Parts: sequence; C-alpha cells; structure tokens
Amino acid sequence: MASIRLSVPKTAMKGEIIELKALIQHPMESGYRRGSRGEQIPRNIITRFECLYDGEVVFSADFHPAIAADPFLTFYTRAVGSGTLAFRWTDQHGEMWSDSATLTVT
Amino acid sequence: MIRLSLALVFAALLAACSPAPTAGTDSPAGNVRSGYTFLTAETQAMQDDSFANPGFLWVDRGAALFEARLNHAPSCASCHTTGLAGIAATYPAIDEASGDLLNLEGRINQCRVRHQNLPALDFESDDLLALTAFIANQSAGMPVSVSTDGAAAPHYRNGRDYFFTRRGQFNLSCHQCHDKNAGKRLRGDTISQGHGNGFPAYRLEWQTLGSLQRRIRDCDSGVRAEPKAFGDPTYIDLELYLSSRASGLDVESPAIRR
Repeated sequence: MASIRLSVPKTAMKGEIIELKALIQHPMESGYRRGSRGEQIPRNIITRFECLYDGEVVFSADFHPAIAADPFLTFYTRAVGSGTLAFRWTDQHGEMWSDSATLTVT
Repeated sequence: MIRLSLALVFAALLAACSPAPTAGTDSPAGNVRSGYTFLTAETQAMQDDSFANPGFLWVDRGAALFEARLNHAPSCASCHTTGLAGIAATYPAIDEASGDLLNLEGRINQCRVRHQNLPALDFESDDLLALTAFIANQSAGMPVSVSTDGAAAPHYRNGRDYFFTRRGQFNLSCHQCHDKNAGKRLRGDTISQGHGNGFPAYRLEWQTLGSLQRRIRDCDSGVRAEPKAFGDPTYIDLELYLSSRASGLDVESPAIRR
C-alpha cells in the first residue's frame, strides 16, 4: 500500500498559474546499498511520474536511483478549464499508483 | 555481612546525593533546546511545511487505521471518540491495570490486545509507526510533561542510571555527549541535547519514519555497545527519563531529524 498526498487548489481563475504538489511513500532503494550481512539490497525504484490534466500530460519526470525515499515534487501548470488532475507513478516492475483531484476554473 | 551493610550505606549515600525525581529538574545545563534548533534551515523548513514533511504520510495512514474496523473488532475511534490530544505528551506512563510502564507504542499494542482482540503490531512496522505518529501528532505544540513519582519512580531511576552509565567499546554514556558536549561537532553533525520530543520522527539518515527506541539503538551501536531489543523495559525506563529531561519542550511529532 502506498500512501499519497496531493496538494491541488480547489478553484483557480482561468489562465492562472497554479502550484501542484505530490508526495508518495516509496523506499526508492537505489540498488547500491548492502544489508547487514553484506548482501546487495535489490534496486526498487519508481521510474516514471506523470500528471494528466483532463487526460493530457502537463508534467512528467523520469526517476533514477539517486532520488531519495518518499519522492516529493512541486510543479506548476496553467489553469485552462475545470477538470481532473490525475497523478500517476509507475515503478520499475510496472506497478502503478494513482490519485486525482478536481479543479474548478472560474 | 559487613560488606553487605557497607554496600547498603553506599547505596543510601548515592540515593541521598541524587536529585529527587520530579518533572523538570533534569534539563541539561538549564537551557533545554529541541533537536529542531540543531537542524539546518532547510531541514527546519521541511518540518515546518506539513505538506512537504513526509512524516505526515504515516499520520494520514494512522488516521485511517484509527477509524478502521478489523475482524469485527471495535475501531480505536469508537472508544476514543473525542480524540487523544495531549495524551502523547504524558507518555511513557504507568498502566493502572498491570502496573507496568508503557510507552505510546506499548499502550497502542496493549489496547489492541485487551480491547480489540487483535494481535500486537510489530515494532517499527508501518502500521504501528502510523498509529503512534497519528496519536503523537495530536499533542503537537503541547509541552512534554510526564509523571516520574509514585509507581514510576523506580523506572525513572533505572532510566537515569542507563543515561549516566558508560557503555560499549567507546566507553561513553549518553550524558557525556548529550549533556556535556551538546552543540559541539561529532564528525559531520552537531550533537543535540538528545530529546525525544519529535519522535516518531522522519530521519533523513533512515529515509523513513522511526521510533525513539530505534534512535536509541543507533546511539548504543554508535558507541559500539550492543543495542537492546525493541520494547526492552530498560529502554522504556530510559524513554521516561528522556521525557522528564525534555519537560516543557513542545511535542513535534512527526519531526524531521538528520
């Protein structure tokens, strides 16, 4: 189970630049660390993040092993119309977590 | 026999020399500073922003668990209808029914076993950390205030003894770093006063949330002593002494620590 926290304004003016924040719980194990018995801890990371505004990708990011655990992103988009902002994380095995929020544009 | 009576006299002298166990008398050098004040501005900002603080992932999860009904057991919320504000600031505390000293984790597990008919959660499991963080966070901003007299007094003395006893290959006591050398540098870090008011805390070194006992185990292995097991009674006694020493500091859980 992954916990997700989103920060999306409930309302915005048309054309306004809005700030979006997304935090997900994930170990982001780099694959370079060793356990107490010297065994290599296998890599386990999220590789892709996407934010979709009414189905259109407005922000995306590729993650690599140097990203810290529980990755936190802040980014911006322009409010063009009322709709859904969907946030999607995909890990190296193809497992996906998502959450969404509704934005009302006046 | 003479040796025994000498030992008794010595013990009595020691008891007379040590301060009475009352709350608020154990501040290191009078000036009590939260671990927060030893952090860099960037790390402080991370703690101050309740959205950027990843500890709130566990608080959210704890809030859901608090409401959840498992195996037809009553939820935590069905008994604790008015919330638990201020409770975490008074822990560790004596459990009236058993007479044992319990920390917050122990109290949660005891509630599960006694009232919910559920198995105790494992130490450092995400669920136990989440419930602990959720309950501790309800006391955020309230001053730490534990009872160290009555039935808690022997636990307090045992915890204080642990704090002042040298241990490990480095032969160091907690007191030597966290009272006598707080504020100075140890390798890349500033030594804090060693208060537990932010725990469970998100430690950057761990890259996750962890309990005060996990932190204490790190200190013990840091001086190359053998850490005790999670839930060891001596560690709970030490937690009581640490809380007494931190009296008056605000609860910060889930804090960010290095």
